[in-house]
Amino acid sequence: MMKRDECFRALARHLTDEVVVATYSSAVDWLALGERALNYFSVGAMGLDSSHALGLALGRPDKRIICLQGDGSLLMNLGCLVTIAAAAPKNLVHLVVQNGTYEANGSHPIPNTKVEFAAMARAAGYAHVHEFSELANFEQQAAHVLKQDGPVFATLHVERSKPLTYDYANLYDPARRVALKAALRAS
Amino acid sequence: MDADLLEAGDDTIELKGSSIIAAIKASGVEFILSVPDIVTSGGLLRPIARDPAFKLIRVCKEDECIGIASGLSYCDKRALTLIQYTGFLDSINAIRGVAVEYRQPICMMIGLLGHDPSTTPRNSPRYGVRIIEPVLDAMGVPHHLINEDADVAKICPAIEDAYAASHPVALLIGRRPSTS
Repeated sequence: MMKRDECFRALARHLTDEVVVATYSSAVDWLALGERALNYFSVGAMGLDSSHALGLALGRPDKRIICLQGDGSLLMNLGCLVTIAAAAPKNLVHLVVQNGTYEANGSHPIPNTKVEFAAMARAAGYAHVHEFSELANFEQQAAHVLKQDGPVFATLHVERSKPLTYDYANLYDPARRVALKAALRAS
Repeated sequence: MDADLLEAGDDTIELKGSSIIAAIKASGVEFILSVPDIVTSGGLLRPIARDPAFKLIRVCKEDECIGIASGLSYCDKRALTLIQYTGFLDSINAIRGVAVEYRQPICMMIGLLGHDPSTTPRNSPRYGVRIIEPVLDAMGVPHHLINEDADVAKICPAIEDAYAASHPVALLIGRRPSTS
């Protein structure tokens, strides 16, 4: 089993000008790795991260869009798997961090911690589907996963993390949205 | 009489689907995000699906449209969410967060299934329709009733204003647009 922050550190080594959509615990761990204007945190409603990512992917087919979604969030928007597969954006990489927990809401378990998201994504019609449980394997494969023609899906099986501090005022600061739009126009 | 039950020959007041589509195009909308709605199915969604000027994204649940439209707006791409009022009600939390609190230009065209087009939505015999405008008012979302051809002129300025000032807008379709 991996740790989310370790996975993100491995991922970050391969990213340059991609847009990263993340929420809740994933956003906290991602932001801890450093500020970047092309981070997209203002999702507004749990589960919509993947839909925002689809909009970005359709709007900017020249840029890679990386969605870091929690398992609880995906469960709130399972239909997005079918929508994304049908829209078939080649530039979308959808990474689901599965720890079986609504971590930001008190670490209660999701209804079925054994749910197989990769199987769902495969059945929905994603172009490439992966599953990672070992950090060494993810580190070795990350560059390949990020370069594949999408939509690409991967489940990252991780442990529950230690309690995080959720600074939502910072994550959802309107200045981040202004900076993101400016960065997208400039890139 | 319910809009969803009106036969083409029964309704003497016209709302041309082609006029609405022309107004949507004139507004610079490129993406249509939709879950089918019987009020707008024949007059809007079918011709839009055949029109190469639009990119139609069929979604599974209406709140997906709010996220997709927001992502597109960051890329300076315009989108119209074409849904039924039931889907609007189901999407209220997404609209609250994305469109209202984050002030994103989310443009919604909402079919009032079961509405009596001879009266106002607030006086609709159907509870679900009756609450739509009060809900929009409570959320601070501007809205316009598109009930007959003369109302089509409201569409383009409403969408332009939503994108210029970055706020949501709801265009309420009060009767079935014609297929011509």
